[in-house]
Amino acid sequence: MKRTLTLTMLLALSLAPSARATNEADYKAAYAAAEAASKEAATMRNQWTTTVSTLAAAKKAGDGGDFNGAVAAAKEAEALAKASVFQATSEKEAWKAMEIR
Amino acid sequence: MKAGSALLLSSVSAALVALALTAPSVVAADKVDPATDAKAFQNFFFQKFPDVKHEDFVNGPYSMSEDMKRQWQEKEEFPPYEFALDAGKEMFSTPFKNGKTYADCFPNGGNGIRQNYPYFDTKEGKVVTLELALNRCREANGEAPYSYVKDEMASLTAYMAFTSRGKPMDIKIPDDARAREAFENGKRYFYTRRGQLNFSCASCHVQSPGERIRAEVLAPALGILNAMPIYRSEWSGMGTISRRFITCNSQTRAVPLEPQSDEYRDLEYFLSYVANGLPISGPGARP
Ligand code: HEC
Repeated sequence: MKRTLTLTMLLALSLAPSARATNEADYKAAYAAAEAASKEAATMRNQWTTTVSTLAAAKKAGDGGDFNGAVAAAKEAEALAKASVFQATSEKEAWKAMEIR
Repeated sequence: MKAGSALLLSSVSAALVALALTAPSVVAADKVDPATDAKAFQNFFFQKFPDVKHEDFVNGPYSMSEDMKRQWQEKEEFPPYEFALDAGKEMFSTPFKNGKTYADCFPNGGNGIRQNYPYFDTKEGKVVTLELALNRCREANGEAPYSYVKDEMASLTAYMAFTSRGKPMDIKIPDDARAREAFENGKRYFYTRRGQLNFSCASCHVQSPGERIRAEVLAPALGILNAMPIYRSEWSGMGTISRRFITCNSQTRAVPLEPQSDEYRDLEYFLSYVANGLPISGPGARP
């Protein structure tokens, strides 16, 4: 329950709209942050397919000059990547709860 | 719908259980006891499905539904894996460019040995699956390796499974800390939640066998590799163990690992070992 809430909050926070207009620098920063988080997930061997596709969508929007869309997608990708890192970390012990004994 | 909400509920309650365990004890490597694990694993399924004959668990979804079982038995008269079997047999007897054959790479000429795979290679210190051993055989004889997810590999393993039908799975864990670790790693992989859907293999194949997920009936984890490789109408072809692992990972929105990665090899070791004693039934056919 607590875990589900945390995941939802992570997503909600990161998707909150920002006040001023976004530009290419915002996109680059958001993309770099998302990429770093997704690399961490990959290193933990726990990448989600949705992180990969959302990151690709961010790049596509950014390349096309849609920086609003690109930043939104990058932030979502970052949140997804962070949630997968959180999952991998908590599962290091949590998997035992499911074990047949 | 029903299966979906049951799965969701079970994942929420598993998360609660996980949180309730404030100080989970770490299992020391020397405490790993695969024999006890296997016994508990089998008993779980025998008790959960008291009406299923033990040797029937190896028939995947068919062990869970009488209706499906009947349809399958009708199908077995003209099995859809027949073409793969013929191809595998042909490949097996056709020499490589250097004149050798697969038979030269395997004990007993490769006949009736499926039940001994995967095994732990104490020289390499790693698990060797049948698919891996087949490609190593090819490479040792100057042939290019096959894709782990395509028809050629499935044809070879189909043929080898067929010559081993009915033989009880017989996986050994040598007295070697690395072998016990491989088993333990496979077990951890099996129970670990992954993907955006937050499912482990066990969420579907331990907690929900027999339930429907979309149009499919979930196979029980016990003996889940004994029927591999399988023909699936949805694939309109054969699938290897590698292919099935990759498909199941993707279903939970997890990026699958490379075929024959250490994790998948250990997972196969674990799943096969806990099925010890249950007959090889491959190749299989699925709706
Ligand atoms: C979201 C549920 C789900 C999860 C999680 C899942 N699978 Fe599956 N699995 C399926 C479905 C659906 C099928 C096809 C129907 C069937 O045979 O169970 C299947 C089939 C299989 C089969 C073939 C069984 C047969 O006899 O046809 C194997 C082997 C298998 N899964 C292994 C795994 C492993 C290993 C994992 C963890 C990496 C896993 N599955 C995770 C849903 C799942």
